[in-house]
Parts: sequence; structure tokens; C-alpha cells
Amino acid sequence: MEKTLDVSIWRGKDDGAYVSYAVPVRESQTILDVVTYVQRRLDATLAYRFACRVGMCGSCAMTVNGRPRWTCRTHASRVVEDGRLRIGPLDNLPRIKDLAVDMAPFFDKWAAAGGQFQGDTTRTDDFANVQPDSTQRQHAEKGIECIGCGVCYAACDVVRWKPDYLGPAALNRAWTLHNDERDTGKDERLRAVAGDAGCHACHSHQSCTEHCPKHLNPTEGIAGLKRATLLAALKGRL
Amino acid sequence: MSARIQTWMWAAQRLSAIVLAIAVLVHLGTIIYAVQGGLSGTEIVARVAGNGSWLAFYVVFVAAVAIHAPIGLRAVLIEMTPLPARAVDVVVTVALVSIAWTGWSAAFGLYGLGVS
Repeated sequence: MEKTLDVSIWRGKDDGAYVSYAVPVRESQTILDVVTYVQRRLDATLAYRFACRVGMCGSCAMTVNGRPRWTCRTHASRVVEDGRLRIGPLDNLPRIKDLAVDMAPFFDKWAAAGGQFQGDTTRTDDFANVQPDSTQRQHAEKGIECIGCGVCYAACDVVRWKPDYLGPAALNRAWTLHNDERDTGKDERLRAVAGDAGCHACHSHQSCTEHCPKHLNPTEGIAGLKRATLLAALKGRL
Repeated sequence: MSARIQTWMWAAQRLSAIVLAIAVLVHLGTIIYAVQGGLSGTEIVARVAGNGSWLAFYVVFVAAVAIHAPIGLRAVLIEMTPLPARAVDVVVTVALVSIAWTGWSAAFGLYGLGVS
């Protein structure tokens, strides 16, 4: 007899419920494979989001057995508990339907945290000569591989308790730009991230770091922003 | 609250935490050492009343508590209660004044018993 997984998937919006499906076990099966099987073979009305399937686009994050994860790079065998999988939408974001959440508040906060690069050169200028081993570049290097999946945001206790909080991903982005020596909007950005909903609200629980599928350390970046804002305040630039 | 005030509050809480880490150890250590054989109120007054070093220590200790606790309380109230920001700031200000007033009153009161 074919071995199956007992998969519970959240159906509906806020007033929905978990619905069980039997999904055949396959070798090297990912959580995204499981969800796709349900949508293609068992219930075509299941809503979920994915694009690249190789851990680059950051669109397929879901809550799997209580933890936010990127589903395309999570093997079912690694997270299954007693043959069961419980798959829900990401926490801390408005639900649209089933496993799809509205990412707008997440990316709005990137903008609110000054997530845009500000430059003062044109295409006719020479390339900037950034030393790879400079301290600033090393700081930026640690954070630039963020794929914007929202896993850290869903895992963050402070976002849960204080919905205005900018969140780990937006602050991590601000930190990488703060360490981009070509960027000219640093003071403005520090003002944007030092308010009530900014970096000083972080409790350093490190849930973001614990859950980040790219193994980034947003907590470290946020701590860097705290120090940078203090330095700016001491210099009267905040 | 403005970015500048928020940043200074963060710095104040970290600095007061450093002071508290030392002061609490001294405070508890002294208590444990002093009460080994039992200690009466009269004996406490005899030791601390009029003692300038004791007064200076507790003036700093109380100041650190009065800065540190209300900033932490502010975060707790914002995150855990539906209180509006203005109400939170009122509660926090009351907490700061109360801690400073009661703490310094006690310190100066005991010190004053030895100054006549």
C-alpha cells in the first residue's frame, strides 16, 4: 500500500479551518510539492503562492508544523511529525485566501525604513570602487542575500505585539544600505528607522535569525542600526 | 515619539542597565553580608544614618532604577495593552517620578537621621 502523509491545510480567510488531505510520500518531496499535489490532484480551489521553486524568489513561505519556512527548499521528511504536516499561511500578515497572505504591509515597511538606494552619480560616472574587505562592505555582505520571503517577519514576536514595528527584513535592508558607501541617504534613513516602530523596539529575541532560510542575522544588523542611530544623535544628525 | 528622543531613551536604558548591574550586586551583597547574624532597624540606622558614601550610592542606584524601569515599562505597555501612546507616556512619567521620589525620600530620610 502506498505510504501517505496526513496533511492539514488552512482553508479560507480568517474564519477558515484546517482541512485534511492524504498525500502520497515521494522521495525528496518538498512542502511545496505537497501543496502542489493537493492543488493539482485533490482540490483545484486551493490558493497558494510560488514562483521560482529554487529558493530565490521568496514567494512560497508558509507556516509548517508551527514554524515559518520557505516551502520549496524544505523537505517534507525533515519536518513531518508522526506522519503529519500542518500547513498554514504566514503569521503577522493579512490573509487573502488559504495559504496566500497579503505581502503589501511587509514591503510597505521596507519603503518606510528607507529601503531605497539613494545615489548622487549618473551613468556617465565611473564605477564606485568598493573594497571587498572594508568593514562597511563586510557588514553589508552579511545581509544582502535577503530574498524578502517574510519568514523573519512572521516569526518576530515584536511584530506580533506591536503591528507598527518595521520588522527584521526592512531593518536588515536599511542596515545594508547604511553600509553601502555609495548611498547618500544615510541620515534620512537613520531617522526613519529610529522612531517608535523602529530598531529600538527590537528585543533581540533572535527569532528572525533562528528562522531565516538564508541564515542571515537581522538581529545583528538591527543592533548595528541602534549603535548607528546613537552615533548620529551624538553628532546632532538625527 | 521622535527618532532623537527614542534613541536617547535607548541609550539611557543601556547606560542605566550598566549602573544597575553593579549596584544590584553591591546592594544584595551588602544585605546578605550584613544580616548574617540578624539585624535590627536600630542597627541599620546606626550604620547608614549620616553616612555620605551610603547616601551617594543609593542616590545613584535610585536614579538608575527611575530611568531604567519606566523605559522598560513603556515598551511593555505599548506592546501588551491597548493604551494610547499619550496615556502610556503619562503612566511612565508617573512611574518615573514615583520611583525617584520614594527612593530618594528613603535614602535622604535615613541619612538625615544621623545629621543633627
